[in-house]
Amino acid sequence: MQYLIAFLVGGVICALAQLVFDTVKCSSAHVLVGLVCLGAVLNGLGLYEPFQEFAGAGALVPVLGFGSSITTGMISEVKRLGWEGLFTGAFEITGLGLAAAVVFSSILALLSKPHK
Amino acid sequence: MDNRLGTSTLTFSKGPRITSRYTLVGPMEGKGPHALDFHEILSDDSLGQKTAEKTERLMLELAITKTLEQHGTRIKDVQFLIAGDLLNQITTSNLAASTHTAPFIGIYGACSTFAEALGLGAVLLQGGFANQVLIGTASHYQTAERQFRYPIELNVQHLSTNQVTVTGAAAAILSFAERGPRITHATFGSVVDMGLKDPHDMGSAMAPAAFQTIQQHLADTQRTLADYDIVITGDLGKQGSKMLRLLLEREGCSGLERLQDGGSQIFGDWQSVGSGGSGAACIAVMTLGYVLNCLESAKAKRVLVVATGALLSALTVLQGESIPCIAHAIALEQ
Repeated sequence: MQYLIAFLVGGVICALAQLVFDTVKCSSAHVLVGLVCLGAVLNGLGLYEPFQEFAGAGALVPVLGFGSSITTGMISEVKRLGWEGLFTGAFEITGLGLAAAVVFSSILALLSKPHK
Repeated sequence: MDNRLGTSTLTFSKGPRITSRYTLVGPMEGKGPHALDFHEILSDDSLGQKTAEKTERLMLELAITKTLEQHGTRIKDVQFLIAGDLLNQITTSNLAASTHTAPFIGIYGACSTFAEALGLGAVLLQGGFANQVLIGTASHYQTAERQFRYPIELNVQHLSTNQVTVTGAAAAILSFAERGPRITHATFGSVVDMGLKDPHDMGSAMAPAAFQTIQQHLADTQRTLADYDIVITGDLGKQGSKMLRLLLEREGCSGLERLQDGGSQIFGDWQSVGSGGSGAACIAVMTLGYVLNCLESAKAKRVLVVATGALLSALTVLQGESIPCIAHAIALEQ
């Protein structure tokens, strides 16, 4: 049941994003950044965590989850350090994903030949 | 001004003809409804080249060489090579021309380039400046996509109004030889800008240009659409063709059943290409393939080719400029 909910919720998020992409004149980058911002705002308002508990990976895997992680990191760092946390917190949790992306794409770029 | 009709149509009394032609298209165009009209269908769209730009250049060179072969003419007997393409600084044409010794006139008219070349070639012949002129254009889906839209690797989805750039090349020799269809009139259009800004719907932007040039041509020659067996526009796509019909209907034009569109026809509905094809090669291969076959087999006696071009650049689109458009009309007779 948990898997099914995760699957359905994740699918609905992606379907909604696709609808926005199809009906509004924007590029894929706009949709991507829009979802990150939406996730961050929802989490700031305390709405994303209950949603995440309900949908599990369905809420975590789409890029909305990435946005919410930015806010989670910031909130905890602000509590620990004060205002400096606004700057250090953004990458507190998301840093793992970002660094992994940089490292693995660098390795792949070295190993493979880019398409001309 | 003996060779002019009305305000902007040129007539060619000496009867320059399209005396040799060669069209080659990519594999996707080769699966379309007009496959049998083209001289060569490439089995892969790279031709073994490292980059799509190299492929586009090679396609143009092949078309030029094959046209010369078919005509039994050597390049040194051609007085002018007129060519153009879609890429920045028309590099494809420049590079292809660098392998030939003929004096080169590089032109840019986006997807209307072919008609521009045809008209200019006829002018040079009529004016006595040449007795053999070689014209050619080429475009490639991947090079145009990368320059005007997004990198192929990004795999951005196409909208229903998007057109797919035709992979292909076409070349022709214009001369006074006895065979081949005559170029009787050319109406060079003026630039029309209705303020449309959407680079994903160029058909709608170009339709008013096609409309203006058709009206101008018909007024100058005192003809109607019904005087032509085929009036083929290129490449308005399905979206732009719809708009052109509306505009002509509103003016009370008759003979709308003669209207065809190269972009709408080159691909089949089953090929999911949005609004249709486009690109410098589209109307070129459709004219030199399909239309000339119709003239040669007497399915049509008189044809009007109205090639349209959206004169945007990738930079002006990002800067929010509108899309200036143009259309040139060339009348061909059996």
